[in-house]
Amino acid sequence: MIYLMCLILFCIGIYCILVKKNLIKIIIGIGIVEYAVNLFFALVGYRVHGRAPILAKDQVVQNMVDPLPQALVLTAIVIGLAVTALIVAIAMRIYEKYGTFDITKIKKLKG
Amino acid sequence: MGSNLLPLFVAIPLGSAFLVSLLGKKLRGFPDTFSNLATFSLFTLSLLSLPLTKQLGTIVYKVGGWIPPIGICMVLDSLTSFMLVTINLVAFLVTIYSINYMEKYTAKWKFYTLFLLMLAGMNGIVVTGDMFNLFVFLEIGAISSYALVAFGVEQEELEASFKYMVMGSIASSFILLGIALLYSYTSSLNMADISRTLAQKVGGRLVFFVSALFIMGFGLKAALVPFHAWLPDAHPSAPAPISAMLSGVLIKALGVYALARIFFNVLGMTAKTSSILMVLGTISMVLGGLLALGQEDIKRLFAYSSISQIGYVVLGIGMGTTLGILAGLFHLFNHAVFKSLLFLNSGSIEYSTGTRDLRKMGGLTSKMPVTGYSCLVGSMSISGIPPLSGFWSKLLIVVAAIQAKHFIFASIAVLVSILTLAYYLKVQRLAFFGELRSSLTGIKEVPLTMKLSMIILSLICIFGGLILVPGVQKNFLNLATAVLVNGNNYAQTIFGSMK
Amino acid sequence: MNRKTEEPGMTLIVKTITRLTVGLILLYGIYIVTHGHLSPGGGFAGGVIIALSFIHLMLAFGKDLALKKLSENLASFFESAGAIMFLTIALLGFVGGYFFFNLFLKGKPFDFFSAGIIPLCNIAICLKVGAGLFAVFVALILLKITVKKE
Repeated sequence: MIYLMCLILFCIGIYCILVKKNLIKIIIGIGIVEYAVNLFFALVGYRVHGRAPILAKDQVVQNMVDPLPQALVLTAIVIGLAVTALIVAIAMRIYEKYGTFDITKIKKLKG
Repeated sequence: MGSNLLPLFVAIPLGSAFLVSLLGKKLRGFPDTFSNLATFSLFTLSLLSLPLTKQLGTIVYKVGGWIPPIGICMVLDSLTSFMLVTINLVAFLVTIYSINYMEKYTAKWKFYTLFLLMLAGMNGIVVTGDMFNLFVFLEIGAISSYALVAFGVEQEELEASFKYMVMGSIASSFILLGIALLYSYTSSLNMADISRTLAQKVGGRLVFFVSALFIMGFGLKAALVPFHAWLPDAHPSAPAPISAMLSGVLIKALGVYALARIFFNVLGMTAKTSSILMVLGTISMVLGGLLALGQEDIKRLFAYSSISQIGYVVLGIGMGTTLGILAGLFHLFNHAVFKSLLFLNSGSIEYSTGTRDLRKMGGLTSKMPVTGYSCLVGSMSISGIPPLSGFWSKLLIVVAAIQAKHFIFASIAVLVSILTLAYYLKVQRLAFFGELRSSLTGIKEVPLTMKLSMIILSLICIFGGLILVPGVQKNFLNLATAVLVNGNNYAQTIFGSMK
Repeated sequence: MNRKTEEPGMTLIVKTITRLTVGLILLYGIYIVTHGHLSPGGGFAGGVIIALSFIHLMLAFGKDLALKKLSENLASFFESAGAIMFLTIALLGFVGGYFFFNLFLKGKPFDFFSAGIIPLCNIAICLKVGAGLFAVFVALILLKITVKKE
């Protein structure tokens, strides 16, 4: 059931990228898509009656959730941060050169 | 010593990228010499890896000493060394070329940093044996290429880079979703382990969904139709050495190699995926060829031609038969060589005349002989004129299609080849032969380093057909094909050679 | 008299609170980095918190004061130095036989000085991520100024 909610979030992000005309809204759409995929990946590691996968000095651990997706999602979040930083920088330069954020007016390359 | 070679393919470009970033601003000639040294050493190492795999078989390197499937492993088999030779050869020649070409742009050290990072990403993809590691290196290569496309910050380049970036990050999200689903089904990330587990618990609908996600994601990186829309904007807008790298090796390492590795060795090739790949390849061939006919910008024409030739490669690899895979891999190597040669030529034309529009050029061979003749060699090779290298690979693709009884695909391949000849003859006529315009009488030939790269690439074009000589072919191509045909026995090979 | 054109940065309340807390934020970030092998956190998270303390300074006091504390050349230097340090630690593993091999003393588990190369890797990543994030923010802020002028 919760995986279905992740898929709905993914579809909302894709709708945002496809339909909106403002550059910044497209960037927010990319952020929502990456968020949905990371959430799905982290939820894959859930085990019933599990607790956080941290070993401490004096505790005996029974069930843990899977720690591997958490490490991978950390890497994926940093990758998403790098993409967002780069795309925001390019969007600001586009505003400097074209004077508008509207993608229907930024159409110099065709054919 | 032999197996310690593997991490160097990733460590050398990463280390040099950050050293150039640290010291490049202060010392003048440092970025040039250091990056050329780095790519030269990578090229020699990749040539050394060829006899190494022949002698020792598949080498599995355990990073950090952790035994796979708990740890990450790096795998060097024949397909890997084939791709490494292709990538590092083109990278070395492009860095020699860009010593002179990048004088026009400011901040050359930034260019070399991003270039070496992209090279580290590509080398990492072909060397790794782990799915998430593949994703990380894919992202490293892709993000540096997004920044490189927007390098000279003009209007068109920024728009092209934005479009490329939006489509590229959607594709990466699809790939990550596929990896997450695959992990949830097999609870392992190692490629050999996944392949072993999938052989026992057959996936059915989940594996089909994951294959669809991977075809969409990697197909966008490889510019298959209908995911090709970023390529005709991104490749012309980049500076010429970057166009050569993007069109020559990036779409192959990120797209075609990853598709081949995942579908043949990890998921298992079925008849459905084979026919999907062949149909997509054929549509790319036809659409790329038709759209290239009407272009006036020389680099945009070459970009559409890239889409067409990648269609050939995917058609060959998608066939699944031994001869088909051999033909596809041979055409991959050939296309890397001649497409980078053609883009470097267009760069020298732009360096000397300052224009990319075919209608404004004419009669350039009289003033720029090296550029003219190497472009002639490249164009004839890509159109498939004997005895240049392109003829042999296209012939093999057609013969393989006929042998597998796909007569329609074979005839379409022959027709598109004639179409390719048509638009390359148009380029030759409009740009190089004919009258020299009065506005262009003052142009000179390009500097020495640019000439050197173009001459070496055209020599490889001319003598490339010799790869099919039985002695050379057995060592170079047949071993690479055998890895893919091996299919699901990949797992046995990896676990067997770990002892 | 418009107060906005007098002095850069935000209001007096924000400036006072910042003076009190920004040192604590920096210290918290360093704590998360150095205890990365004992409790959750590590290089990425600690690096981001350290970068945030500098960005907090910039938001509250204006860009000139923050750039005096950590100029963009210094941030660029730390970024490359962090990456080269990480790569050197990885290449040192060749001495032990494998790339990235854990070859320092490993001590007892749950001790502070334990787990081989992991604390050093955490520090290298913290340098790179913190300096990198701050440099990105500074680059975007400086770019914004030139756009507004046109």
